[in-house]
Amino acid sequence: MNLGPHAAFILAAWAAGLVVVAGLVAWVILDFRAQKRVLGDLEAHGVTRRSAAAIKEPA
Amino acid sequence: MALIDLANPTRFLNFAERAMPWLIAATLFAFAIGLEQGLFVAPDDYQQGATVKIMFLHVPCAWLSMFCWGLMTVASLGTLVWRHPLADVAAKAAAPLGAAFTFLCLFTGSMWGRPMWGTYWQWDARLTSVLVMFIMYLGMIALWRTVEDPSRAGRAAAVLTLVGAINLPIIKFSVDWWNTLHQPASVFRIGGPAIDKSILVPLFAMAIAFTLLFVTLHVAAMRNEILRRRVRSMLMLQARAQGG
Repeated sequence: MNLGPHAAFILAAWAAGLVVVAGLVAWVILDFRAQKRVLGDLEAHGVTRRSAAAIKEPA
Repeated sequence: MALIDLANPTRFLNFAERAMPWLIAATLFAFAIGLEQGLFVAPDDYQQGATVKIMFLHVPCAWLSMFCWGLMTVASLGTLVWRHPLADVAAKAAAPLGAAFTFLCLFTGSMWGRPMWGTYWQWDARLTSVLVMFIMYLGMIALWRTVEDPSRAGRAAAVLTLVGAINLPIIKFSVDWWNTLHQPASVFRIGGPAIDKSILVPLFAMAIAFTLLFVTLHVAAMRNEILRRRVRSMLMLQARAQGG
């Protein structure tokens, strides 16, 4: 692929695209793991949501 | 399942879990086609040479930057008018994505502008109105982080989003209303696209790929936000139990 005399601009644009998209993907994955970890810790300490508690303890 | 059923956060989480593998597969497939078309099949432009390859990144990002604010606007109506339980979740999850795609639109436009226009930046109506939208996205993210209560933050963000929606037609028609360095519309315009099919097809392929990427990331970010709110409510219950 010959990018001609403006190759640096084309490569810079696509490199930025790659970095930003990779950053967004990493953000959603790491955030998901963090929330799941905290939820797991809370549930391990016996903390449950009110709606979940209501399902477990029917009147 | 009716769309209204997804209004329940638990149902949405179940939906996200089932849909995510399909969305990821569709996004990867679309990018494989789009990148092959854009980087290896599309010819160089007769005037712009290989710099036309920047367009396959710049135009989808520009489209998504406006689409994302449009989505936030609909979500804001959902928050203020219908009090839809997932509306402000959708708006909050969309803001960082919109900021990222608007940044890419501005950066790639700058990289395209330097060799073609002779300048990285010009304070013309199109460029300035997109920069204003980028700053508004950052403001929305700051607002969400500043107000601790999600429902209060959601209402304030919804009002600001609706006010900011005024910028969407300004961006779209800026090239018609004012004399700008940026070119006028060349895809969606009266009289049909002004771009040759050999470049238009790869452009559409990349636009579809980026749109699928946005949908995938948005569903994932909404799922994370629902989990974050569960963590918050559980921490509050725990604090209340320890306090009383």
